[in-house]
Amino acid sequence: MKELVIVSGKGGTGKTSISAALAFLAPQKVLVDCDVDAANFHLISGAVVRECHDFQAGFEPSIDEQVCTRCGKCSELCRFSAISAGVITSPLDCEGCGVCAFHCPEHAISMKDKHAGNWFVSDTRFGRLIHAELGLAIENSGKLVSQVRQTAKKIAQADHLPLVLIDGPPGIGCPAIAALSGTSLALAVVEPSLSSIHDLKRLVELTSCFNLSTAVCINKSTLHPENTRQIITWCNSKNIPVVGQIPYSEVFRSAIKAGTTVMEIPDNQDVKEQIAELWHNIAKMLGVPLERNEISFFQKFKFFSKN
Amino acid sequence: MIISIASGKGGTGKTTLALLLAATRQNITLVDCDVEEPNCHLFLQPKWQDSGREISVMIPHVHQDLCNGCGACSAVCLFNAIAIAGKSALFFDELCHSCGGCLLACQQGAISEVEKPIGVVNTGMASTLSDVRLLNGTLNIGTPSAVPLIKIMKKEVAGLSGEALLDCPPGTSCSMVTAIKNSDYCLLVTEPNSFGRHDLELAMNITSLLKISTGVVINKSDGDLSDESIQSLCDSRNVPVLAKIPHSISFARQYASGIIPDEFRSVAADIWRQIDSERGGKG
Repeated sequence: MKELVIVSGKGGTGKTSISAALAFLAPQKVLVDCDVDAANFHLISGAVVRECHDFQAGFEPSIDEQVCTRCGKCSELCRFSAISAGVITSPLDCEGCGVCAFHCPEHAISMKDKHAGNWFVSDTRFGRLIHAELGLAIENSGKLVSQVRQTAKKIAQADHLPLVLIDGPPGIGCPAIAALSGTSLALAVVEPSLSSIHDLKRLVELTSCFNLSTAVCINKSTLHPENTRQIITWCNSKNIPVVGQIPYSEVFRSAIKAGTTVMEIPDNQDVKEQIAELWHNIAKMLGVPLERNEISFFQKFKFFSKN
Repeated sequence: MIISIASGKGGTGKTTLALLLAATRQNITLVDCDVEEPNCHLFLQPKWQDSGREISVMIPHVHQDLCNGCGACSAVCLFNAIAIAGKSALFFDELCHSCGGCLLACQQGAISEVEKPIGVVNTGMASTLSDVRLLNGTLNIGTPSAVPLIKIMKKEVAGLSGEALLDCPPGTSCSMVTAIKNSDYCLLVTEPNSFGRHDLELAMNITSLLKISTGVVINKSDGDLSDESIQSLCDSRNVPVLAKIPHSISFARQYASGIIPDEFRSVAADIWRQIDSERGGKG
């Protein structure tokens, strides 16, 4: 079983649109949305929630006011300025370390499990989707990412599915690290803007730290051909394969508005062919089946007729 | 006055709006709080005033010669950052929140604290816009949490004279919350589609939890019915839509080349007028 994660560094380069298009093409897979604090995959895959699970992570202090003497020991020791003499003054700053509880001379503070969000198993047009909703202003997004990934892996193993397709979060911090670690291939979706190129370089530094196979897909490639060439040159110098170049097209915007993938919008053959080629390259790299019946795949996108 | 610019969804145009607002105001500091992927400097090409200040957090250091492997530190660490292997404590710094609990728990005096660098903060004057200062934070690659770095930048912002614009990280988790906290006004940038709307609603939940006055800017507007779905969400939450920036390929091309476009600066000036009158009305 292979895990493909779609990441970008910069937000808004087209991770979810391309993940959804790949979900349309890939024959047997489990889908995961690892952007747990701004999840969108369920919106274009027609997700119907089948299971909803509580996500508990970390702890929060609970104070017994009858026992508390307002001595102030807790405020003296709290490094996050979250508590003042037995009153949690700034709950958003509390990191749940428990220092206040361990050192309360009256044992007035206990640490309780914290509800940190929910995660879901849904049915979509493209198969099972595991997604989540992080609680309001909660940390531990990395743990929730790990939770949805683990669930997807279990389902894929139980159902003998060869691929877990992960729509990743932006950035390079804890949720991105949790989404990337141990995957078979990281596909970086980049657009030909200086911002996106800058962010790609930082992302690739991260994936090399983890020794992850990385490939690049240039989205909106025709928006700025010179920057597109610059990305290709840079990728070549780093031995990173450029596995797809998708032209700028308004069809991505229309697809989101229509609540579908670009593959389900009529016409726009050039975009569809490029995405099909992208999937072909990825499937080859991962060694997963291209389609249930591979010959029809080529017929559908007429790769051979181009030559 | 501190104005934060956030979004929920990534790539809606936070940095673009921050640059347009900075371009239409005198004596302003732009603060790039998206420390995982900071981009403002690409457009401002600042002349750095310093070589960058390294920012560190304190993490425990176990003195193996004093440690007797009693496990007291491991027992109190709720982040599971310390394990006992044989007769000594093993420490995993990427899980540590720098709470100091292990130091307090160790009876052998075997734990002290050392600095762990997490990022760099630079200050500079923009060369592409006049009278714009940039405070830029860059998180070290592989550092999981941006929160301590953003907190330190916010402390510097509090000591600034004049106005500050904070370009915040995407999402609605701890780094976004840390960035927008205590700002006087929050601008939420969205796109008129289901992704933008969904994430805007999550971001509004945060600004209302933090009791920050909020206004919405619809970017990449097609001027069609999709705008109305955002408008009706804003109406139901009593949040004003301050501006609509039309979808423009020429704008996107200039942005791609790292240029702050002249287009839509009047929109930015109009947003300032509305924020000023809202703030004036309160004062």
